[in-house]
Amino acid sequence: MTTPLVEITDLTKVFHQRKTGDVAILRGIDLTIEAGETVCVVGESGCGKTTFGKILAGLHDYSGGSFKYGGKEVATLSKTDWKPFRRSVQMIHQNPYESLNPTKMVFDMLAAPLRHHKKIKDFTTLYHETVKLLEMVGLTPVEDFIDKYPGNLSGGQRQRVSIARVLAMDPQFIVVDEATSMIDTSMRISLLTTLKRIQQELHVAYLYITHDLALGRYFAWGHRIAVMYLGKIIELGPTSDLIGDPCHPYTKAILSAARLETDSPYELNNIDIPSFTNICTGCSLSPRCPQVMPGICDVTEPQLRDIGNNRKVACHLYAQDDHNGEASYGK
Amino acid sequence: MTKNTRTGTDSSQKNRLLDIQDLSIEYRTKRGRLQAVHKASLRVDAGESVAIIGESGCGKTTLATSIVRMLPLNARISHGRILYRRSDDEQTRLDTASERELRTIRWSDIVMMFQTSQSSFNPVARIRTQFLDTAQAHEPNSDPQEILQRSKKLLELVYLDGEAILQAYPHELSGGMKQRTMIALALLLQPKLVILDEPTTALDLITQKKILELLNSLRETLGFSMIFITHDLGIVTQLADRVVTMYAGSVVEDAPSRSFFTSPRHPYSKGLLHAIPKLDAEFEELYSIPGNTPDLVEKIEGCLFAPRCEFALGMCRTTIPSLDEVEQGRKVACHVFGINGKSDKTSSSGGNA
Repeated sequence: MTTPLVEITDLTKVFHQRKTGDVAILRGIDLTIEAGETVCVVGESGCGKTTFGKILAGLHDYSGGSFKYGGKEVATLSKTDWKPFRRSVQMIHQNPYESLNPTKMVFDMLAAPLRHHKKIKDFTTLYHETVKLLEMVGLTPVEDFIDKYPGNLSGGQRQRVSIARVLAMDPQFIVVDEATSMIDTSMRISLLTTLKRIQQELHVAYLYITHDLALGRYFAWGHRIAVMYLGKIIELGPTSDLIGDPCHPYTKAILSAARLETDSPYELNNIDIPSFTNICTGCSLSPRCPQVMPGICDVTEPQLRDIGNNRKVACHLYAQDDHNGEASYGK
Repeated sequence: MTKNTRTGTDSSQKNRLLDIQDLSIEYRTKRGRLQAVHKASLRVDAGESVAIIGESGCGKTTLATSIVRMLPLNARISHGRILYRRSDDEQTRLDTASERELRTIRWSDIVMMFQTSQSSFNPVARIRTQFLDTAQAHEPNSDPQEILQRSKKLLELVYLDGEAILQAYPHELSGGMKQRTMIALALLLQPKLVILDEPTTALDLITQKKILELLNSLRETLGFSMIFITHDLGIVTQLADRVVTMYAGSVVEDAPSRSFFTSPRHPYSKGLLHAIPKLDAEFEELYSIPGNTPDLVEKIEGCLFAPRCEFALGMCRTTIPSLDEVEQGRKVACHVFGINGKSDKTSSSGGNA
């Protein structure tokens, strides 16, 4: 068996706060990502998905558990191992209006990492490499873009520059954090198509973070989706199965809301998400869950377990012993 | 200066709450005049809900903001007029109304909730103070107790604990709660028209759905009209009677919600609808509209969408198409799919789009 590209077990992240005490934002995440795979993380604002992405991109440290990249524990990487990790894992940020330096030309932005990491000094080679990157992300004819400043570019074009900048490092794994949420609807798809094409050509893996389920379904089609709620992955499975037949009550609820179902919507009891500072005992969804089983759900916390067909759910409804009971609940 | 004009008692006119006619708005910028809205027409009947859709920079917020005349200082209405019917036989021109008159209209007749309405609250005042201030600015002689009673009722309508919310400071409320409090505050003076700019962007899916349901039921019980701006077409299906599509400052299509989604006429509307992934449809590769939105500072001849349009004809690049009625209640500004277009011939080619 080969080692997976990314292997995360029981990952936790605690932010220390002087006034309110420690706040655990990630509460035990397990996930493996293979090379060339897309995992789409969906969840509502404040569920910890961006924090998770930043840890995977090496921008945050983690408080507990293990995060292995290519078989090596990231927290204890030696200085010589750290650099390749940094190059291999890249992140595309949400807001292309803030993530590009406004005083630098497109060429400079792409050339800087090439100079620094690949030690390319020769201008002709540098220019050549830059042109290749711009062609890869579809900014053609290249001459129109290479000497532009970010101010001259539209949101979609800027985001393409971000992608090109990331590709300059020949990454194996790219964290894409809501990269299309600031882009006009009519350009979104072409950006995602570019990302998909790059995946096929370069065999990179993506962690695609979004709150738009339909967009996540489109991008991670044929791959996997993970649903996060209050710092935990509560459901994980192949995209089409998870969207078509959700198991976890929370997944059912957000899908019902996204479909704007009116006839028999699947609704949670309370529309406001509890804050991280007072998460209840047992299942964190139990106060809002319409299928809550008193005495079980509010006492023990369900673990993410296999339910077959490559799917995992963290819910007592799907525990082995009362699996039959689920059928009567299931919608 | 205000002009109150008496108009004939045409039945269709009588129902018309707001009538924007050929409105153009320019921004003065360093690079020259930016034509943010170009001869846009929009009408809203009493009790109707109209969605304005379009991409960022298409002028939808500018158009909506002009109704309450809260445009930035470098903006100017250069053409057209905005008519608002205050009562059965009194029509006010909002585009030329004095600031004094506008003050009596804003919030008591027309309410606009801006995009970041969650940060519209004063952070250092309790919610009750803000409700009281708003009401007393318009009804100076009203009884505070009565206002608070009314506020509490409204807050309960939006599923909030009225008593607790009124005592709270804005920072004590979550995003969804603030949004709902804002809706309650907007309805405090029983406005006839509510303008919502991106009402649900900052909200979670579940909260978003609740707010949509809420707006729908409130509209039914209180009977106000609604204009809302969005780029989320899911919201449109839920909330709108009519959809107005804007592109680069112009209204390109104005259609009843249902027929807009089943058979969009303008190539831009078609492209937009096709570029949006759906949750349940068979999986298919989607395509974006090629090209970029035009720079509105530059003068462009002909249809603004022509450079990106796969159906563009020679005349599209020279003449601006006008917004004409193609069928009952439906207007399209397009040479190819509009009133003069050879729709039989082109609809077959449109099918391959």
